[in-house]
Amino acid sequence: MTTSQTPPPAEPTDVADSVPADLQDERLIASQGVGGWASATWQRIKSGDLGSLPVVIGLVIIWAVFYGLNPAFISSRNLVNLTLQMVPIGTLAIGVVLVLLLGEIDLSIGSMSGLSGAILAVLFVNQGMSIWLAVVIALAAGAVVGLVYGLLFNRFGVPSFVITLAGLLALLGFQLRVLGTDGTVNIPFQSGLVQFASQLFLPEWLAYVVAVAVPVVYLLARLRTDQRRKAAGLSAPALTTVAVRAAIVAVLLLVVVSVLNRDRGLSYMVVLFVALVVVMDLLIRRTTWGRSVLAIGGNVEAARRAGINVKRIYLTVFTLCSTFAALGGIFAAARLASANQSSGGADTNLNAIAAAVIGGTSLFGGRGSAYSALLGILVIFSISNGLALLSVSADIRYIVTGAVLLLAVVIDSLSRRSRAAHGRA
Amino acid sequence: MSTTTTPAPVLSMTGVSKRFGAVQALKDIEFDVAAGEVVALVGDNGAGKSTLVKTIAGVYAPDGGEVVFDGNPVTITSPSEAQNLGIATVFQDLALCDNLDVVGNLFLGNERKHAGALDEVTMEKESWRLLRELSAKIPSVRIPVASLSGGQRQTVAIARSLLGEPKVVMLDEPTAALGVAQTAEVLNLVERLRERGLGVILISHNMSDVMAVADRVAVLRLGRNNGVYRVADTSSQEIIAAITGATTNAVTARAARRAPQEEQS
Repeated sequence: MTTSQTPPPAEPTDVADSVPADLQDERLIASQGVGGWASATWQRIKSGDLGSLPVVIGLVIIWAVFYGLNPAFISSRNLVNLTLQMVPIGTLAIGVVLVLLLGEIDLSIGSMSGLSGAILAVLFVNQGMSIWLAVVIALAAGAVVGLVYGLLFNRFGVPSFVITLAGLLALLGFQLRVLGTDGTVNIPFQSGLVQFASQLFLPEWLAYVVAVAVPVVYLLARLRTDQRRKAAGLSAPALTTVAVRAAIVAVLLLVVVSVLNRDRGLSYMVVLFVALVVVMDLLIRRTTWGRSVLAIGGNVEAARRAGINVKRIYLTVFTLCSTFAALGGIFAAARLASANQSSGGADTNLNAIAAAVIGGTSLFGGRGSAYSALLGILVIFSISNGLALLSVSADIRYIVTGAVLLLAVVIDSLSRRSRAAHGRA
Repeated sequence: MSTTTTPAPVLSMTGVSKRFGAVQALKDIEFDVAAGEVVALVGDNGAGKSTLVKTIAGVYAPDGGEVVFDGNPVTITSPSEAQNLGIATVFQDLALCDNLDVVGNLFLGNERKHAGALDEVTMEKESWRLLRELSAKIPSVRIPVASLSGGQRQTVAIARSLLGEPKVVMLDEPTAALGVAQTAEVLNLVERLRERGLGVILISHNMSDVMAVADRVAVLRLGRNNGVYRVADTSSQEIIAAITGATTNAVTARAARRAPQEEQS
């Protein structure tokens, strides 16, 4: 026997050091490089983890159909209009995504946006207040309403559905009261806010700079993270994979900007809206607050036991949602240069909620992303814009939007089933 | 094999009582666990196991009695206080967020930060270190917990309880609803907790699990102590008798009937 002479077996750590800590399990299927990334993505899609793919495909189909029916649909002029149209309700949809992530709902966003528009118009036009002060007060009104919802929800445990349904009516009442006998308040066109919402566009060169800067920032952030991962002994994707992703983003943004620049260009309001979406996405994915929101949406009891201040999260989310609704109301009033009794009425509420759901945020909490507000609102306004170009009446527009919402929910349910079958539930 | 020097208990309770209205749920309970020891807590339904566990975990405040933790008398009035002392509890429902990945669940409510944002890199690194220490079989920490098996979920829940560097870990029915292999996995985990020098309180209905992994068995019956047994010196029958409170009942009688037959065969 030579056991006594043989050197001790190689330290297992030697092996472990050469392989990143997260790739040591022999059951993992290695995927490296751009090809590996592509095949891993394909596997994910096949197993039902669709992400935003159905929305993107849906958007392409919708655009193709409308282009076939009326080529003017993808004209630069119309697309610039589309970007401007979608911002007010898109802003509402950001707030809806937040409450949906908690598994709650806010049905009063439409009324809230109408009320905030009314407050803004009355304070600015009738009371002669400075426009920015009026904006701040309108936003504060939204924050207060959300705070009240949150307090009622925390204190009495009434379902948010009912609280905000009551809010829908009450806020509508406040809106009518604020507007008073006039019913309609027109905001002068030359005011800064109206200019901002309809006339102010990024200079062409600045739009291109933004389109290049965004992927560059993304690339640098990724490289930094990957460096830290390597230093920590974890795997990091190959440089080419990251570069290819950044390049895809860059090409997409450059195409969008060049198309929009052929007409008026990229509006400051649109940039602000997209920036809000990006900021909310970062808050949700990269902060303790966002992690708590997702945890509560997944399992409230687990979140509470983990020491998360659940009530504080509910309070902040309801407040943020109503504040976003107020901001959307301000955008709407600024874009139409008026606030009236029907602002925020009709289908505003349902369009905002439908946008969040079509964009891929689950109604049951815990799953979704801020980007679903952007994607969903694009779908909804592509449909309404396209049908308007075809001079189709409102009845058909409602029916088609309803059908698309239904389709989105069905796709969501099917992909959830598929995820469960592939162990990705 | 009688131990001459018993290590000082890390957690010891004397004369602990708890009443719910007219029901005396716990009466003069004596209970202790030492570092590096696995104590099984057994008893029939309604014996007071859950009440005792919740008293230790700080969910219920006891009406009377003394709790000594790490040599100091303490009163545990809230779950967070228990956690701060170093008592970690893994409840039966595990309390995991299915939509979050393993890293997210491990560090939930205790996230590491880097420049104001979540430090995913450090958290992932520490997750692997922790899971390797427990020899846990989890292929990836970046998959949602929903896609893990029952044993893996239990592992994640136990690993999470260890993040706060506790001295005592309470496991509430960790092997309920687990398959054979997964049960073995969890029992291995319990032994690894013992090797780490933790006091482990194991609540279980499964006698073979208790006999396999525990050092001592504390039996509760109708809210009172009904004996503490060293696993090395006792048998399942004796413990079952203590649980049910009689040496002759349906369970022990059946066991007694079968025992001679097995000896003959």
